[in-house]
Amino acid sequence: MNATIGRLLLTRLVAAILTLWFVATVVFVITNLLPGDVAQELLGQSATPEAVAGLRKALGLDLPPWQRYLEWLWNMVRGDAGRSLVNGSPVAALIGSRLGNSLILAGITALVAVPLALVLGITAAVYRGSVYDRIVGAGTVLAVSVPEFLVASAAVLVFAVQLRWVPALSQLGRLDGVLDVIRTFALPVLTLTFVIVAQMARMTRAALVDVLSSSYIEMARLKGAGQARIVVWHALPNAIGPIANAIAFSLSFLLGGVIIVETIFNYPGIAKLMVDGVSTRDLPLVQACAMLFCGAYLLLVTMADIAAILANPRLRHR
Amino acid sequence: MEPLIDIRDLRIRARTTEGHEIEIVKGVSFSVRRGEVMGLIGESGSGKTTIALATMGYARYGCRIAGGTIRIGETEVTRLDGKGLQQLRGRKVAYIAQSAAASFNPSRPIMAQVIESALIHGLMGEAAAHEKAIGLFRAMAIPQPETIGNRYPHQVSGGQLQRLMAAMALITDPDVVIFDEPTTALDVTTQIEVLKAFKEAIRDRNTTGIYVTHDLAVIAQIADSITVLRHGEVQEIATTPQLISNPAHEYSRKLLAAAEPALRPSPVTGEASVPLLRVSGMSAGYGLVGPDGMPAVPVLRDIELTLGRGRALGVIGESGCGKSTLARVVAGLTPASRGTVTLDGVDLAPGIAGRSREQLREIQLVFQMADTALNPKVPIDEIIGRPLTFFFGMKGAERDRRVRELLDLTHLPASVRDRLPGDLSGGQKQRVNFARALAAQPKLLLCDEVTSALDTVVAAAILDLMAELRRELGLTTMFISHDIKTIRAICDDIMVLYSGRVVETMPAAALETGHHHPYAGLLLGSVPALRTDWLETTPAASLQAQGVPPALSSAGCAFFPRCTRAEPGLCDTAVPPLRPLPGGIEAACFRLGAD
Amino acid sequence: MSSTTISARRGPMAILARTGRMIMPAIVLFWLAMAFFGYWVAPYDPAGIQDADLFEGMSRKFWLGTDYFGRDMLSRILAGARYTVGISLMATSLAVASGVLLGLAASAIGGLFDAAVSRFLDALISIPSKMFGLVLVAAFGASIPVLVLTLAVIYLPGCYRINRSVAVNVAALDFVAVARARGESTLYIMIREILPNMVGPVLADFGLRFIYVVLLLSSLSFLGLGVQPPQADWGSLVRENMPGLPYGAPAVIMPAIAIASLTIAVNLTIDSLFGRHARDGVR
Repeated sequence: MNATIGRLLLTRLVAAILTLWFVATVVFVITNLLPGDVAQELLGQSATPEAVAGLRKALGLDLPPWQRYLEWLWNMVRGDAGRSLVNGSPVAALIGSRLGNSLILAGITALVAVPLALVLGITAAVYRGSVYDRIVGAGTVLAVSVPEFLVASAAVLVFAVQLRWVPALSQLGRLDGVLDVIRTFALPVLTLTFVIVAQMARMTRAALVDVLSSSYIEMARLKGAGQARIVVWHALPNAIGPIANAIAFSLSFLLGGVIIVETIFNYPGIAKLMVDGVSTRDLPLVQACAMLFCGAYLLLVTMADIAAILANPRLRHR
Repeated sequence: MEPLIDIRDLRIRARTTEGHEIEIVKGVSFSVRRGEVMGLIGESGSGKTTIALATMGYARYGCRIAGGTIRIGETEVTRLDGKGLQQLRGRKVAYIAQSAAASFNPSRPIMAQVIESALIHGLMGEAAAHEKAIGLFRAMAIPQPETIGNRYPHQVSGGQLQRLMAAMALITDPDVVIFDEPTTALDVTTQIEVLKAFKEAIRDRNTTGIYVTHDLAVIAQIADSITVLRHGEVQEIATTPQLISNPAHEYSRKLLAAAEPALRPSPVTGEASVPLLRVSGMSAGYGLVGPDGMPAVPVLRDIELTLGRGRALGVIGESGCGKSTLARVVAGLTPASRGTVTLDGVDLAPGIAGRSREQLREIQLVFQMADTALNPKVPIDEIIGRPLTFFFGMKGAERDRRVRELLDLTHLPASVRDRLPGDLSGGQKQRVNFARALAAQPKLLLCDEVTSALDTVVAAAILDLMAELRRELGLTTMFISHDIKTIRAICDDIMVLYSGRVVETMPAAALETGHHHPYAGLLLGSVPALRTDWLETTPAASLQAQGVPPALSSAGCAFFPRCTRAEPGLCDTAVPPLRPLPGGIEAACFRLGAD
Repeated sequence: MSSTTISARRGPMAILARTGRMIMPAIVLFWLAMAFFGYWVAPYDPAGIQDADLFEGMSRKFWLGTDYFGRDMLSRILAGARYTVGISLMATSLAVASGVLLGLAASAIGGLFDAAVSRFLDALISIPSKMFGLVLVAAFGASIPVLVLTLAVIYLPGCYRINRSVAVNVAALDFVAVARARGESTLYIMIREILPNMVGPVLADFGLRFIYVVLLLSSLSFLGLGVQPPQADWGSLVRENMPGLPYGAPAVIMPAIAIASLTIAVNLTIDSLFGRHARDGVR
């Protein structure tokens, strides 16, 4: 590693942290722009002015906005996301109990989807223009155009209602043996995979087609190199950056996808928690979940950037 | 003797974006004897590269070899399967591409790529291949032959990469080498070195080759015979001396005439003319401007120039010397950070915002690429008519009449008025480009590489047009180019830029005679002449003179690192001023006249 | 991301592609028309409870079955087009119009203005769209004007980014430099020189953006955070009929298929248009 790379990586990290701070500010501003008064809303129209004033004080709403902002920011940095407005329990604890479930779901999906998408994207690029490539192309256009809940309900109809292979709803807690694990995760993972593979395969194909049409690939062909050598030795090292970007971008779709999937399969993850929070207008919970998702997104994007920097030969060998 | 390469009735078809096929090579036949080099010459779209690639059984995406035979030695290339083609490519036939920078894989060290074909074809072990590569590097006069292979492509200059690519082609001792415009992307001072290396390699190894180019003077140095191509058809096949002295086909004669542009007589004579444009003490560049008036990334430094009314000044230099920036500064597009630009005795503001509409009208800029200089969504009559409305408030029939006059002046048919630029040919677009500039009735016309993107025959016609315009309208022009032959054909005075500084000014007549600045001398001596012995009779510049121009430095002569006559302690401490020499030449060199 | 244009070839693929090219725009036009007239074209009163079972299957009488109240699904889908297509169209127009305007201005003005707008909107991109939607709905509720604005705000940054890069590429071309050197005003350069060269990319982006907006709006409604009862867009229709899923009722799947038919048709329509525009540029 050299100084230039170090400096670039540092710039990326600083940029990511600044962006996270910006995002936090946006989230705070939006959730504090409520047309009504949170305290009033929570207690209902019939509440006495004293009760509303008391709750305002308890929630810190009587403080000036910038002071509330700084306090909230500091608490977020410390990992203290406040208490739920609905049931009073600490938000951190609510999230903590669900985070693992969401990570498992996302993890399994990534394990299935990333290799599948890379294989589809790379083979489609290598056989560019063939019938296979056109089928993959058409299939991925269809897949990116379809809402997640259509995929999910179709999957339930086929596998749970018609074939009765798996239960329609996920129930964690009684996972005895491999078969149960498969049964529980099959439909959610299938749905999520369907949604993100298409995106990732399209971007991977585009990245590789770009590299494969460059002069040095033509040169390698004219040196007598075989197809396998051209793809593995010549093309892929130059496509690492864009492919990492494709993976990160598609995995960030996963963040949106879990919101629908957890709801439809009644899966106890944080996305479901957040949707419930939005329905009940439980703002501290929504804020914390939003920060978590945005943080995950930034992490993915920053990792892709770092991969691209580390893979760039012009930066690696000064 | 049986020829080594024999191509008969070769037909290649390409699929258009609409989906139907068109023939781009239409029944081409030629043959090459062992140890000889065949030149393929033609303009863009002549199919010369497509034919060269076909000898390796290769067709680019969307193209296919549709008919004919290609025999190399005992092998019929069109009958080979995938495996057979792999065994042919890089082993029996090797390829040297136009842009070495793009043809080397940026992710792999050079040595691994140079010896790749030797390893793929199982010709030798890795150690032996290394050994052989280093030998080839030496033969190609590549600096640091022992270690250069450890570097990555971006760490090596363009001229060196081109020679490294030749080593890559020769590592397997192929029967045939395809040279595909291998020096086109290089500056002339680099080109001559690469050509010398190629010529030597070809002679030493008795190489059979196909050399593709659009430059007749280059091919005359290398090829034994030449095939002239146009629109995918052979026009003429002749030995090199015969073609350049006595071409049979009319198109060959046109190519020949365009390769050595005739001098267009200047309407102005003598030194009597009044200065129209004066630039003094001008510096410009990009980035923040410091307290001393120098920008963070200076491109031009302390430029002095005077351009007399009605005269044509040629500005010449290699890529990156700042010549295009000079035109932009005069036009106000890139504001000068220091110094003054004076037109007709009036100081102009550095930027467009500070200049009056009348001042803007008096200077018109004609860009290199007509493709990007004309808005593709605007019809021709609006393109030419807009300056008429903008500067003179012309409307309706009056404007229409003037547009017709301008089209007439630039030899365009009136029917192009309703067309979009995309419907016109390259030469026609460049004429529209001129018509638009002339619509403003400028005093000064700035032409930035206006013929560089055009095929030679079309470029010659544009030069004729420019000469005619100068004669009829008495235009004052600044003509920017990297091509000395073009500049000489049309300019009265010549200014040489190197690394952002003026190193020499001279009257055009002094080009062939007189003492020049060492850089100007190198530049002039590097331009291939249209005779077969030019390369052999031209002395090689020393190794030191090759290489990349350094970053613009403020101390010392910018050419110091490459100069053969440099005197340390003198040339690297102070910037030499322009000093008069015999023959009207002014050169910025301490050493001229010193010995 | 490259577009997948199915180029004309011989054989069954060609016929498929040619009919496809006719059918897809037709579907788009059909749904556009339904957005205006769906309510009146519907065979039954979309809100009226019919003389039928709940979650009835497809029949002569009720082509797409009935919903959880025994209402005619076909009528409800036709009527729902007003919300799905209407809201999405308004939001997309808003986002694209502001994106084009800001992108053009950034490219023509440049400097500090460009830097400030670009930095701000680029930072907004790092909020995932569904998340952004949830936060905005949590804060402002889910009335239709709020939904339109929310969707527009969410897709503005992406729209700006694309349009700015297109505009900057055009602005770097020599004909813009010629216009500048002539002394033309910034407004003239924006509208007469740059904008006409953005038409193709802007239209393609409009279509893609529209698909994203439809999908996001449907997702929000599906979560119960979008269009609120008694009004119902296609996402809400899926949501309210979810209890019918175990019985395999068409009421669940049909509105979802309506969404898919719209988004797929728009996607393929852009592909064929985009191809033609790309060729215009080459020519």
